[in-house]
Amino acid sequence: MQMPQPDASVLSRKAQIVDRLRSVLPRDAVISDEMETRAYECDALTAYKCAPLAVVLPASTEEVSAVLKVCHQMGVPVVPRGSGTSLAGGALPTADCVLLGVARMNDVIETDYDNRFIRVQTGRTNLSVTGAVEEDGFFYAPDPSSQLACAIAGNIAMNSGGAHCLKYGVTTNNLLGVTMVQMDGTVMEIGGAHLDAGGYDLLGLICGSEGQLGVVTEATLRILPKPEGARPVLMGFDSNEVAGACVADIIKAGVLPVAIEFMDRPCIEATEAFAKAGYPMCEALLIVEVEGSPAEIDEQLALILEIARRHNPVELREAKDADEAGRIWLGRKSAFGAMGQINDYMCLDGTIPVSELPYVLRRIGEMSEEYGLDVANVFHAGDGNMHPLILFDANKEGDLELCEALGADILRLCVEVGGCLTGEHGVGIEKRDLMVDQFAPADLEAQMAVKDVFDPAWLLNPAKVFPLAASESRRSVALAAE
Amino acid sequence: MRPETEAELAEMIASASGPICVRGGGTRGVNLNGDVLETGGLSGITLYEPGSLTLVAQAGTALAEIEAALDAEGQRLAFEPMDHRGLMGTSGEPTIGGVVAANVSGPRRVSVGACRDFMLGVRYVDGTGSVVKNGGRVMKNVTGYDLVKLMSGSWGTLGVLTEVSLKVLPKPETAACILITGLSDAEAVRVMAKALGSPFEVSGAAHGPLGPDGQPVTMLRVEGFAGSVAYRAERVAGLFGDMDVRIESDPEAVAGVWARVRDGAPFHGVAGDVWRVSCTPTLSAGLAAKIQADGVLYDWGGGLIWARVREGTDVRARLGTFDGHATLVRGNGQPKFQPEPPEIAALSRGLRQKFDPKGILNAGLMG
Repeated sequence: MQMPQPDASVLSRKAQIVDRLRSVLPRDAVISDEMETRAYECDALTAYKCAPLAVVLPASTEEVSAVLKVCHQMGVPVVPRGSGTSLAGGALPTADCVLLGVARMNDVIETDYDNRFIRVQTGRTNLSVTGAVEEDGFFYAPDPSSQLACAIAGNIAMNSGGAHCLKYGVTTNNLLGVTMVQMDGTVMEIGGAHLDAGGYDLLGLICGSEGQLGVVTEATLRILPKPEGARPVLMGFDSNEVAGACVADIIKAGVLPVAIEFMDRPCIEATEAFAKAGYPMCEALLIVEVEGSPAEIDEQLALILEIARRHNPVELREAKDADEAGRIWLGRKSAFGAMGQINDYMCLDGTIPVSELPYVLRRIGEMSEEYGLDVANVFHAGDGNMHPLILFDANKEGDLELCEALGADILRLCVEVGGCLTGEHGVGIEKRDLMVDQFAPADLEAQMAVKDVFDPAWLLNPAKVFPLAASESRRSVALAAE
Repeated sequence: MRPETEAELAEMIASASGPICVRGGGTRGVNLNGDVLETGGLSGITLYEPGSLTLVAQAGTALAEIEAALDAEGQRLAFEPMDHRGLMGTSGEPTIGGVVAANVSGPRRVSVGACRDFMLGVRYVDGTGSVVKNGGRVMKNVTGYDLVKLMSGSWGTLGVLTEVSLKVLPKPETAACILITGLSDAEAVRVMAKALGSPFEVSGAAHGPLGPDGQPVTMLRVEGFAGSVAYRAERVAGLFGDMDVRIESDPEAVAGVWARVRDGAPFHGVAGDVWRVSCTPTLSAGLAAKIQADGVLYDWGGGLIWARVREGTDVRARLGTFDGHATLVRGNGQPKFQPEPPEIAALSRGLRQKFDPKGILNAGLMG
């Protein structure tokens, strides 16, 4: 993965830049020592590392604004960072950047149950948002797998999803308002405790813009009353096709489960060896979860089980209590950990139309053989968001490159069948150069025009999302203008 | 102008020098200077996969055609778009492109989201005649910037939609409505907040002159499978056991009364300007009092105030500064959209300038 040459004029001014940053922030909020900046050299896409010029850890919107003003005036690129859990390299620094971490801003500002929102500083972790309201019977719906660690700032930047978005939507559907600081330091309020925009939907535009339009420091999030209960059912099938057909039939029958998770045989075998959840050994396994009162759950599960039986399942397991429900989820929740035990792995994130599931799984199997790398599939079947896990050995020469090539081929396949490169992880650097496979030049031009409006000098997270060749003229104009 | 293909539309816009007034079905009362560009020639459902909950249609497709196709598969547009004809006194056939361009969302907005939340993808022609696509036809997609949201609700000012891709949902088996009479506006807002904060999945919460003789009624809706609806209706009604409460469980009657809320029926055929105010729900009764309206209808649990006032009334001046925005739906005496603070207005102008540098698309309406 190529990154642009660091700007020598920025590198040579490191001392002045750090001095200016120190003049607007408390002493301990600016890190410039090379040993210490190294802690921020990568996010969860650990294959790529680069220590930033300096790290700033502002504690308020005002401090963020002050930092951005300095960087804007001095022509220094800024890479925003939530908790650094991006799998796409969204928070990967460049050598000439100031890395702006929001981790110190983690307060709850306001909780309002009558109007069903919570306002937080964006360094707060996803899970601790729910943690702040769950005793009162509420929750925050988007639940990415990294929810224990990931920050709301990153969730907004990447428009994160999770296992339950079939029913509750992703971040953009649960975000009511933000305080955002533009690259020139301008602070603005967009949205609020009310619904929808009075003008253009800037909130919708900012969510998922990967930290390229502004730094979001506070967010108003929709919270929902917790359902009375939830219960999963596990079903095993002897082919991916049949499992896929079962998913389609459940959806067509008018049931809207909160989650439909799918695991294929390689994934079942790996998680079984690791977590011993007692999963049946079969080709495809579904976990379907529904919500409501006990009677409502019974009503929905009866319908789902009736549909499943029509597809001759090799296993049907209904959770009778919380303990059994936990066991059903155990394997799924430890799938990624299990893979990490066996091997290094790369987690893909393409989305496909649900109807293409059997074809895509078959093709992935074929590609896996061609490349000689194992691929395990675990994904959100209700919405077609796939997470193929490619297993490789980072210590073996050429294996990472081979893995990346296979990953790119799988993502191109997703696009080919009418899907997209990324369903919830974001483009970052990982899928940046594949954007041309999904978008025509005019499509990318329209998106880059938006960045021109918000950040004319292209200083915010500049080497991400767009292929370097496509964004080069804009980034170099910015440099020349210094 | 009435293009039959996207290419023709692109050519027309590329060669246009004067203002263009974009028109779907012409039911939402947008009458601006310029050559009228009708989208009705771009019509037809291009893809519908019930098992994937996905529908793709050309922008000029009649909404009725889409709703009929969905109905045949037991599905629907969950965001419940309103029909503006009764309120605006217009005729014609609403189009799906018009619904998206205006981000038209009805009572279910409060529970499932707005039109923009169900938008998966768009194709459009920008103000230079360039064809652009964004999003796609899959339910989870974070590939690049979300111009789908930007286009939804931009009223044709950033580009003319040619194709839209939507998430659809199953139509529930049945519905019930909990009706409470005798509440003041402030009491009704508290009732709605309590119901929406309960775990019983209330999918509509409105209050207004909805009784047979126009007397105020507070309405709460639940939808789903029959057993579940019966259970939840009882539980919701039980929250307000000390009030004058009853349950309507005839699904047709329930659909009828919610269509009245959706379409602002109390203001049909009654003179005056009609406004929609989006606000913090629990502040709505106080805000409505400030408007001194001749008629008020609350939806979205109070988060939406419909207000009928004398023609030309500056409702925004009466509201003062508040968290939200006021849109003039029927009437011409005031700007249609809430003026934006300078830093936001600068971004809107910048976007308009990029997407429609000639400033010809629905000129003067937005941005």
